[in-house]
Amino acid sequence: MTWETVIGLETHVELATRTKIFCGCTTEFGGAPNTHCCPVCTGMPGTLPVLNKRVLEFAVKAGLALNCSIARHSRFDRKNYFYPDLPKAYQISQLYLPIARSGAVSIHTDAGDRTIRIHELHMEEDAGKLVHDPRTGVTRCDYNRCGVPLIEIVTEPDFRAADQVIAYLEKLKETLQYLGVSDCKMQEGSLRCDVNLSVRPLGSAQLGTRTEMKNLSSFKAIARAVGYEAKRQIGLMEEGGRVVQETRRWDESKNVSCAMRSKEDARDYRYFPEPDIPPIELSEEYLEGLRSARPELAEEKRARYRADYGLPEYDCRMITSDKALAAFFEGLVALGTPPKQGANWIMGEVLGALSARGLEPKDMRLTPPALARLIALVGEGRLNRNTAVGVFEAVFDGDGDVDAYIKAHGLEQVSDGGLVREACARVLEANPRPVADCRGGREKAFGFLVGQAMRELKGRADPQAVRRALRELLG
Amino acid sequence: MIGMELVDYIAGLSQLELAPEEKRAVTAELERIVAYMDVLNRLDTRGVEPESQVFPIKNVLREDEVIPSQNREELLAGSSAGDPEAFLAPKAVE
Repeated sequence: MTWETVIGLETHVELATRTKIFCGCTTEFGGAPNTHCCPVCTGMPGTLPVLNKRVLEFAVKAGLALNCSIARHSRFDRKNYFYPDLPKAYQISQLYLPIARSGAVSIHTDAGDRTIRIHELHMEEDAGKLVHDPRTGVTRCDYNRCGVPLIEIVTEPDFRAADQVIAYLEKLKETLQYLGVSDCKMQEGSLRCDVNLSVRPLGSAQLGTRTEMKNLSSFKAIARAVGYEAKRQIGLMEEGGRVVQETRRWDESKNVSCAMRSKEDARDYRYFPEPDIPPIELSEEYLEGLRSARPELAEEKRARYRADYGLPEYDCRMITSDKALAAFFEGLVALGTPPKQGANWIMGEVLGALSARGLEPKDMRLTPPALARLIALVGEGRLNRNTAVGVFEAVFDGDGDVDAYIKAHGLEQVSDGGLVREACARVLEANPRPVADCRGGREKAFGFLVGQAMRELKGRADPQAVRRALRELLG
Repeated sequence: MIGMELVDYIAGLSQLELAPEEKRAVTAELERIVAYMDVLNRLDTRGVEPESQVFPIKNVLREDEVIPSQNREELLAGSSAGDPEAFLAPKAVE
């Protein structure tokens, strides 16, 4: 029998606000345990949560970018459960009237384009971190993450393969990063994904029993977990068994998933409307304001780079892989750098220098004017490419003055044809053997002479001009 | 009617362990509470929109500005465990 895998995703994304969703504590990552806390986020009696304006704005921006319809009337609900990661014994979330619903995201895979429907997007608060101490048998609770704003984005079961899941998550991450609503760092837990997966005979319209997989901390882990779980479920079905509806935990070191708890004793959350937070009503003007302020997204940039600059698809993808990098590229182009040259420098030297230093593009100190100047000098024949790379390395960390550096180190290219010719003549005189070899047709010897001449000119000449001069002198 | 089964279920959700005599007492108390709230069922609510808020307010929002967090010593002062860094709970990691 041929089986079809059916997958839906629940993705939690931490919003890039300065403060928590219902209080003014910082959302900064890390910090000593319980130092980013106050009576509100630790659930002290008598405290009153107040919604962060920017959380609402970010959630609406995300909803709009995911083509959702935004609820003009929305509110919060209490999700009740007793577990020490939530000191209030309930999480403030949205069940009945989420901020956004019924969206759609188009993704591209090798197998073609596909639309993934978004069921809903809602706002909620994150929970604290529990660390179990095996020595004392006690659980230590750190509430620094408690109350950090999240949006949860729930898709319809529209995925059929792992590569579609990855394509969706990459698109989601890219979109949210370009909107500036989240940094989507999986390693810091600011993008977390649960995978709901079931299998059914191909052609069947009915959904099979699904499992929910948690603890997926990288795209690679997600791809592996999807493959593993589909195979496990198909194996069960083919042996005449059945899939049990349960939550499973992915073990990345062993590449297996194991059951966490079965749905039979699943919690009854007894949701009810949150009385502490008044309802949210959004005006058409508010929504229109956010719609018109939407920045150009990565996909739109790629289309523009292709159409306006004629950049290859590969270059477009590399440059838009990061918002700050795309901004840097656009800075270069605005200063008159030919787009393809700018792209080459970014994909080569800039990304290389960043990766060698373990830096993100947004942390780069080099500015577009410095690199644009360097590229222009190469274009004018006043600096050769190799020297330019050296200058680039020298000014990269401090955004130094390119012209001052070149002057201080005497690096400007020798463009005086007479000087180049003189140097070449000296080299020929000093190297009779290679000259003879060269005249005898040995190209290797010519390469040697070029090298010597470049050395004579301290690397400051255009190699093409040197080759020309040598050829002429050699007759 | 509040039955023993329901009391067990609610206690389970709340992570409470009740002795048999406590269960009997809670059952009676819950009966009285529900009966008290039942007064509301006598009201004729036909034509009344369900609403979760009685105050005529909406969109109560704050600016995204950091306010210094509470001093940890003070924050933990109400915790009986006496740990200098964290709240402590019985083993709760799955």
